[in-house]
Amino acid sequence: MNATYLARRLLLAIPTLAGVAVIVFVLLRVVPGDPIAMMIPPGAGEDDIERLRALYGLDLPIWQQFLAWLGDVAVGDFGTSISLRQNVLGLVLSRLPATLELAAVAMLLALAIGLTLGLVATRWRGHWPEAGTDGIVGLALAVPDFLWALVFVLLLGVAWPVLPISGRLDPRLGLEFTTSFYLIESLVTGRFAVAGMLLSHLLLPATALALPLASVIARVLKTSMAEVMGEDYILMARVKGFGAWRVILGEALRNALIPTVTLSGVQFTFLVGGTVLIERIFSYPGIGNMAIGAVIERDLPLIQGLILTFAVLFIAVNLIIDMAMVWLDPRVRHG
Amino acid sequence: MAEPRIWAGGAVLATLVAVALLAPWLAPHDPLAQDLLAGQLPPFWLAGADPLYPLGTDSLGRDLLSRLIYGARVALTVAVVASALAALLGTALGLVAGWFGGWADMAISRLIDIWMAFPPVLLSIVLVAVIGAGLPAVIIAIVIVDWTRFARVIRAEAIQQRGRDYITSAVTIGLGRWAILLREILPNVLPLLLVLLTLEMGVAVIVEAILSFVGLSVSSDSPTWGGLIAEGRQYIHQAWWVMVAPICCLIVVVVGLNALGDGLKNALDPVLRR
Repeated sequence: MNATYLARRLLLAIPTLAGVAVIVFVLLRVVPGDPIAMMIPPGAGEDDIERLRALYGLDLPIWQQFLAWLGDVAVGDFGTSISLRQNVLGLVLSRLPATLELAAVAMLLALAIGLTLGLVATRWRGHWPEAGTDGIVGLALAVPDFLWALVFVLLLGVAWPVLPISGRLDPRLGLEFTTSFYLIESLVTGRFAVAGMLLSHLLLPATALALPLASVIARVLKTSMAEVMGEDYILMARVKGFGAWRVILGEALRNALIPTVTLSGVQFTFLVGGTVLIERIFSYPGIGNMAIGAVIERDLPLIQGLILTFAVLFIAVNLIIDMAMVWLDPRVRHG
Repeated sequence: MAEPRIWAGGAVLATLVAVALLAPWLAPHDPLAQDLLAGQLPPFWLAGADPLYPLGTDSLGRDLLSRLIYGARVALTVAVVASALAALLGTALGLVAGWFGGWADMAISRLIDIWMAFPPVLLSIVLVAVIGAGLPAVIIAIVIVDWTRFARVIRAEAIQQRGRDYITSAVTIGLGRWAILLREILPNVLPLLLVLLTLEMGVAVIVEAILSFVGLSVSSDSPTWGGLIAEGRQYIHQAWWVMVAPICCLIVVVVGLNALGDGLKNALDPVLRR
């Protein structure tokens, strides 16, 4: 792993994050509708309003508010949520694991579906499986995750109710967890029945999130496999008498993966961004659902904290993709 | 015609335009008229349907078919206006960044980087909350969020065109920098722009539906497909059919616009056409 390359990428993330912080702050300071007005009970006096303003720092000039906020954010203090009256960082951290688990399951599903479709199309090029996977990929790419989610809710949640369409786990079971990573915790501690229940709740939202990414992976993989399969070393492997799958999986796949990872990287950040709405549709208790709630409640500190969290997630995802590239491609690794 | 997708997608777009324009004549009822005695009627293929309301009614007894037809107006307006404005802004910035390079490119590229660090759905929701609900707010939000789609691709294309011989010739005969940009490069990115515009129309329709679904788009007085879906989500176990028709409309429109975009891409690309 090239350390200077990684360090440069990390440094480049700082101005981006600072830009996000400035835009978030400016954007939300022009929100019409006084957040204080929503907190006070009817009949509160002017004094009470002024005291609350001072408490949240809303009485200072705007540039002082920004500097104070930036200083606090830099040390991990995102302030206090106005609607939930709790520490924003604590709220975000309590909900973040749910979103991370959803995104991770969605990513694994996207990889599984995308690689399968791409490899099937490669293996049976020119035959009906290629046309079939092309059709599936085209549809999965055209229809956004929002609509897939609604279709799944209708078909598998209502018309033929086989899977849960709401929440992370049935709250009536009253299950206890020590961490907020329910799925990982239940897998590690061997509570497989609980893990199964968690997965059944995750399956529909994760599939809705996964389909667009899966179709991009399938399409790019198919194209780059077609290129790699024309190389001399593939011919060599065939001459040696390797079977079709051995040639595809053992010889061609690794080289075809490089463009696949590069080109699906952007789509993966879309997957992370997509959790916002998908969580809302499935009433899933992650940071995306919380963000929409915060916007509706006009909870400024919470919105600011959540958008910054997403920005950090996006930048982290891009870094991980870059690192995957370095690991896959020796030209970059030694370049 | 070698591209059946252009015809299929074009037909979907033409139908959307026709339905939106002819809404007052096509709709069997006033989309806002309530009939509390005829609430939650099922569509024609289920028992208990009323032939007066072919797709059934919502919980307030409003005719779903009429609401769907009027919803096409909002969808079309957003699709056309928002994507045209996003294209204008994104293309202008992309061309300037790609052609002039230097600090202009650096500034615009950093801006794109910052934009890409926002989750787009959340950004549009926040923007509409800030600007205030209503159709103009929705359009502004889509433009502010989606201009990067155009800027990134057009910038890359402008950089590629910059290296071509015809640009060197234009520089040699002494054409000004802006003249080359507008008279040489712009016409050459137009086919790509048309493809992006078509795809963006599909995106804009979806974003409007998402904002209506969250409850931040136009007021509930003017029916939208996303608003119908949000209403349907509330009574999903009592009246699931409320959601079905708007979801189908959205899927048809989005798939159609995608097909049109992909078809245009193939038809306009001389390398792929050959």
